[in-house]
Amino acid sequence: MSNGQSERREMTGAEMVVQALKDNGVKHVFGYPGGAVLPIYDEIFQQDDVEHILVRHEQGAGHAAEGYARSTGKAGVMLVTSGPGATNAVTPLQDALMDSIPLVCLTGQVPTSLIGSDAFQECDTVGITRPCTKHNWLVKDVNELAATIHEAFHVATTGRPGPVVVDIPKDVQFAKGFYVPPQIAPRTSYQPKVQGDLEKIKAAVDLMAGAKRPIIYSGGGVINSGPEASHLLRELVDLTGFPITSTLMGLGAYPASGKNWVGMLGMHGTYEANMAMHDCDVMICIGARFDDRITGRLNAFSPNSRKIHIDIDPSSINKNVHTEVPIIGDVGRVLEDMVRLWRATAKADKKALYPWWEQIAKWRGRDSLAYKMNHDVIMPQYAIQRLYELTKDKDTYITTEVGQHQMWAAQHYHFEKPNRWMTSGGLGTMGYGLPAALGVQIAHPDALVIDIAGDASVQMTMQEMSAAVQYKAPIKIFILNNQYMGMVRQWQQLLHGNRLSHSYTEAMPDFVKLAEAYGGHGIRCEKPDELDDAIKEMISVRKPVLFDCRVANLANCFPMIPSGKAHNEMLLPDEATDEAVANAIDAKGRELV
Amino acid sequence: MNAQHLQPTGSAYFIAKETERPEIHTLSVLVDNEPGVLARVIGLFSGRGYNIESLTVSETEHEKHLSRITIVTRGTPHVMEQIKNQLERIVPVHRVVDLTVRSHELGQERPLERELALVKVAGTGDARVEALRLADAFRASVIDANTEHFIFEITGKGSKLDQFIAIMKPLGLVEICRTGVAAMNRGPQGM
Repeated sequence: MSNGQSERREMTGAEMVVQALKDNGVKHVFGYPGGAVLPIYDEIFQQDDVEHILVRHEQGAGHAAEGYARSTGKAGVMLVTSGPGATNAVTPLQDALMDSIPLVCLTGQVPTSLIGSDAFQECDTVGITRPCTKHNWLVKDVNELAATIHEAFHVATTGRPGPVVVDIPKDVQFAKGFYVPPQIAPRTSYQPKVQGDLEKIKAAVDLMAGAKRPIIYSGGGVINSGPEASHLLRELVDLTGFPITSTLMGLGAYPASGKNWVGMLGMHGTYEANMAMHDCDVMICIGARFDDRITGRLNAFSPNSRKIHIDIDPSSINKNVHTEVPIIGDVGRVLEDMVRLWRATAKADKKALYPWWEQIAKWRGRDSLAYKMNHDVIMPQYAIQRLYELTKDKDTYITTEVGQHQMWAAQHYHFEKPNRWMTSGGLGTMGYGLPAALGVQIAHPDALVIDIAGDASVQMTMQEMSAAVQYKAPIKIFILNNQYMGMVRQWQQLLHGNRLSHSYTEAMPDFVKLAEAYGGHGIRCEKPDELDDAIKEMISVRKPVLFDCRVANLANCFPMIPSGKAHNEMLLPDEATDEAVANAIDAKGRELV
Repeated sequence: MNAQHLQPTGSAYFIAKETERPEIHTLSVLVDNEPGVLARVIGLFSGRGYNIESLTVSETEHEKHLSRITIVTRGTPHVMEQIKNQLERIVPVHRVVDLTVRSHELGQERPLERELALVKVAGTGDARVEALRLADAFRASVIDANTEHFIFEITGKGSKLDQFIAIMKPLGLVEICRTGVAAMNRGPQGM
């Protein structure tokens, strides 16, 4: 509020919202109108700088904004009304919290005089969203509105990114007050540490220089840190000659074609990545958080390694796994120092790593992503492989839903660049991919945006096809249709004696007709030898497409670390007999998620 | 107070036996005095399965809108580190000091901790005389009385208050109100 009188302009709260969006560089807002945000919608109507994308459900607005954010590196913005508008936003807010996505959610609220009276479409928005946001605000004074929105953008995009909510009562939208432009006056209590401790980085470089069996384990933090961080990661890998694996969220930070790439790690990661994690002597964790999908059984996780952990969030350090060298800071900044120190002090003795690479080559020889090709039925892995081959040379972005198809996509679609892969990792939100694809397409109108979907997930947010048609967003929904909730069924086979309780969908919509009903384009493919032509057709259509790819119904996703097992106890595809599957998980593992 | 002590982060993946012993720690948390800040702190404890034994909060620096929250909690050293780090993630939280750890660093057994209680005792005859005599021995002061009751104000360590309340029970104890623990470290330095 310390800016000169000249910059203080009187306007209504609703005008301030739009002005604040412009001043924070916002070009697109995903939203849905309602009684408590009508003044803001009236302002949106009267200008052209901020384009509003009308979704069909508030959850769709949130995931679209997440896809937008993750593919651009900028904050995604959603605008919803009070009550049900706000409660429908909860899923994407928690999704963004767990995957560290900068998401600014503006919610309307009943007038301040009615708050607490159980008014129509009232809910305690800041109360409900408190645990699923990085921070949230209820603005009761119009003179604080502009500064609050600016602060919201600052909090969402700095430090460990995350979702924020600004709840704006309707009377505040009508009230007149003074607008202040964004200014750098962050509150003293919020000062994320970005520069890593140089002594710690030195200690890390020393540890790495002496490693005989090192592994770099990178995550979504590298992508969140920006393209420079990915560049530095590649440089570090080249300099050191270390093998590198990545979490689901971190795919693309290091190119899948890179010679040091050992594939994704974790529950459905490659055998070589998980074995290397288990047997390494030095682990360099860069912007990842030792999630349970990564570690498997904790007391058997990489038992003989010393661990370096780079993370901007101090609470990630030592949360699940004890680290010898913790480095708190922005991945990009820390890698910059690390690369510089490595160049100055450490001489990479790449020969010393030969035995380690030989061992990794043996594990790789197990060919853990192999599957049995079928000439009558499309194998889901084959479908992803063909999709990859036919789209890899285009400007392609991939989103996914959640389940088997998501893991197959992560295994068989190979990413060369960051920000090309949008998936719900932490929360595992079925229905994420279709609206996320819409958000990506809005940000990149000329790109090829494909949602690799499952037949169950895609029906959770199918209505956003209508939004895609409205905005001529030619998203491609590539459905691996096996008529099952495949991952649920796989777990029922593993844990519940193959009793397939409610994981089979008896009444499946005709996706081709459904696409046409929405005004999109439908394609069905049932035979492996017709697949390439069908995919080419999908690519060439400048319309939203629902691609009904009928795949082998009972295929399962391997390799897999069964719950409660360690990295070196993977279930490999050629060993996954019915009996092995039925007995893979013991009583303790059964309690796990 | 509400939640049982859980394994770190509450995930069932932590099937390894916890080998560290839980300890009681007193934390001082300096926060911006703004709406919802206490709810954020309490929500963090309940949401992540941490334990609250006692919690007090009041504005301490009016001009800077700062409040100081004192939390007594129980957990292993690993959980304590997590609690501190998680609290520091909350945007309006300025500083978190583990007073128990600090007191050990200063070569002391534990931080200074005091609590206040109001204790209402009703009775006549010998019990009434005895209550007044014991209150005097505990340096509790009478802040309200008529011929049938006393209200005592007593400050001290929690254990002293526990003892006083236990003694008053057979003498006509009616109700108790306790503030929870206020705490700081000995010596000239601030938190």
